[in-house]
Amino acid sequence: MAGQKACVVVVSGSLERLQMAAMVASVAAVSGQEVLVFLSMNALSYFTRGASVVAPHEGPIGELMRTKKIPEFKMLIEQAVALGDAKVFPCSMAMDVLGLESADLESYLAEPTGLTKFLSDAQNGQIWTF
Amino acid sequence: MAERKIVDGKGSFCPGPLMELIVALKESQVGDELEVLSTDKGSANDIPEWVRKVGHEFVSSSEDGGVWHIVVRKAK
Repeated sequence: MAGQKACVVVVSGSLERLQMAAMVASVAAVSGQEVLVFLSMNALSYFTRGASVVAPHEGPIGELMRTKKIPEFKMLIEQAVALGDAKVFPCSMAMDVLGLESADLESYLAEPTGLTKFLSDAQNGQIWTF
Repeated sequence: MAERKIVDGKGSFCPGPLMELIVALKESQVGDELEVLSTDKGSANDIPEWVRKVGHEFVSSSEDGGVWHIVVRKAK
């Protein structure tokens, strides 16, 4: 039933992409799939402890989403971990660039991971990139 | 004793109602029924699909005045 693992690579800091990434990760996780999320580039800073979830939108859907009761992407990522088999890895390169330590990040994130390790963990999985 | 609980996901968009159902299922006993209320048509289609996929029991779905009532029985 578990099927192939879903590997979600999130690099964008835009609302639509963060939202879609969080939806894929959370729904896959609660549907019994193993999920690995890799947060890098502009996506990582939203996951510093207590950071705002207000991300700039790309287009009209993102703008409309602000006016509706859409589950927040950070909450969905946290639920993917809490309710399913998801692990969320902060990219060690992005952490170095931003000068972040593990203690600066939300507690539901897993250990900082480099691309080499993530690529080897993601082998034979579905790769979703946002 | 099996119960019927209401999970009010009205006003929330996909996957909000599904997530609320999953949280409620965790707090329920096998045999309990949960009735999800949703104003999101996508969730009304998606929740039965999820229920079949993970092995709970889909009981019924109906729409009344723009609100879907999706009834699920916890099977495991």
